[in-house]
Amino acid sequence: MSHGVLSVRRVSANKMTITFALLALVIMLFVFLPLAKTIFSSSPTMLFDSLLDDKVRGAIWLSLYTALLATVVGAIFGIPLAYILARFDFPGKRTVEGLIDVPIVIPHTAAGIALLFVFGRNFLAGKAFNLIGINFVDSVAGIVIAMLFVSIPFLIDSAKEGFKAVDVRLEKVSRTLGASPWQTFFRISLPLAWRSILAGNVMMWARGISEFGAVMILAYHPMVASILVADRFEEYGLDYARPVAALLILVCLVIFIGLRAFAYRGEKT
Amino acid sequence: MIEVKNLSVDLGDFLLKDITFDVKQGEYYIILGPTGAGKTVLLESIAGLHPIRKGEIWLNGKEITNLEPERRGIGVVYQDYVLFPHLSVKENIVFGLRLKGQPKREIEATLNWLVELLNIPHLLQRKPGTLSGGESQKVALARALSVKPAVLLLDEPLSALDPGAREDIQHELRRIHNRLNITAIQVTHDFEEAVALGHRIAVIGEGRIMQIGTSEQIFRQPNSEFVARFAMSRNIFSGEVRDGDEECAVINIGDVEVAAVTDLRGELHASLRPEDILISTEPLKSSARNCLHGVISRIDDRGSTLLLTVTVPPEFICLVTRHSFEEMGLTEWKEVYMTFKASAVHIF
Repeated sequence: MSHGVLSVRRVSANKMTITFALLALVIMLFVFLPLAKTIFSSSPTMLFDSLLDDKVRGAIWLSLYTALLATVVGAIFGIPLAYILARFDFPGKRTVEGLIDVPIVIPHTAAGIALLFVFGRNFLAGKAFNLIGINFVDSVAGIVIAMLFVSIPFLIDSAKEGFKAVDVRLEKVSRTLGASPWQTFFRISLPLAWRSILAGNVMMWARGISEFGAVMILAYHPMVASILVADRFEEYGLDYARPVAALLILVCLVIFIGLRAFAYRGEKT
Repeated sequence: MIEVKNLSVDLGDFLLKDITFDVKQGEYYIILGPTGAGKTVLLESIAGLHPIRKGEIWLNGKEITNLEPERRGIGVVYQDYVLFPHLSVKENIVFGLRLKGQPKREIEATLNWLVELLNIPHLLQRKPGTLSGGESQKVALARALSVKPAVLLLDEPLSALDPGAREDIQHELRRIHNRLNITAIQVTHDFEEAVALGHRIAVIGEGRIMQIGTSEQIFRQPNSEFVARFAMSRNIFSGEVRDGDEECAVINIGDVEVAAVTDLRGELHASLRPEDILISTEPLKSSARNCLHGVISRIDDRGSTLLLTVTVPPEFICLVTRHSFEEMGLTEWKEVYMTFKASAVHIF
């Protein structure tokens, strides 16, 4: 009797698994096909030619290092916030956590406009920074804050989860052994949350490189790679945009796969 | 010497209030209470790891109520070891010593001393994740002792261990305490553990300290229903355990000898569950090794069951159902026989 019930269950589980696998295949193809087609329909010579193009090389390089700068700034300010959110309860914590994630859900062109209202030449922070010679419109600094704004949630959320997973009593024991709060953070909390923090940094960097909307509003020039792709497409059409797009995808893939391999080295799956 | 005066701690749902006790230099002090009584939070408050509402903590004549935990010199050992998972056993043990910036030679000397004390030389290069419970707790002990704390706080250090490791670590704790003469405060919910290790016991419950005294005082003269229930749920005796006949050991308690199954010898304790004792009005013929003759000196009605105090001496507490109680026509001052197996007597 109970055996019968069990075997019916197993059959239906199999059907479910097959259905799920088919649905999964569709979405995987949806993701991989366009990427693969973009990369493989540009011949290696075309890719090489666009690599020789100073503008293309410059744009990719600019994307990489502005996103890196944004990540460094994000890490300096975001990791402490992530730690506070993971460790302390305070009134309005939910609101803070919600606000942190707002950049993910709003259109990034709108985010760019919002940033312009604070960092534009005639606005509060824009004026203040102007005094020390930093200008956010059509400049590297503008690209960096646009990327920072839209990609910081990835770093904070990931680091927060990392810190949460560290047993608070490990920190307590460290204190009783004579470690100050700073020593405890750098010797216990940070090393133990390191994997999540690194993953968050990689996500933030990748998200920064791929940012278009907010950067376009704040700093169309100098051109980062994502804007160059759009610019070529607008000006010259698909054939000219494709090699640049392919290159950008390839560069991102190499970096992303490399960093993941580094972050998860030695970990059994 | 450590003094806790009128300490109040917020536990979210309830309050631990007006906790006052003092622990003498070199004393092994037990805080005994049921799970959820706030024992861990009390220990963390003494170590400076949990904010307190009011009250004072004094250590060797100095007030440390608001001192940072790293300046108190109070070590903590948790139930589930809480070893640093990213560091090797050796790095765990020398963690506090390295922070102090001691010269390498001194660190090595302390490490060797601890490794010898706890007999763990083979573990040094291992990672905490590969250790057994007993091994982990030894490492946690070594780590806590490394900075030579004035007081060692132990949060249910035996509760997560399997029976073999439990006995082993309990033995280690007693040995280390005797050897180093360190002041120790241990919290536990286990009455036997409290009796075996503690000089004095503070029973905690309902948010406050219910009674403080030696195990004998707590057991023989509980001052409240709460303490009585907690302590009297078992028969606990102390006496000398020596060889008996036919592979059994015997323990001398009061006027009688009781057979027990154990490899331990010496001045120890024995416990016996009230429900393991069979009551009869005539001597029973059975395979059980122990059959004692006594007088019912007290009857506690618990509804469907009754607790009888049978004086031999000593006094035994026995559990009978209402049905058998009435069938045998038991009353106070009636003579009865108690029968129980040697294996029901737990020596510790």
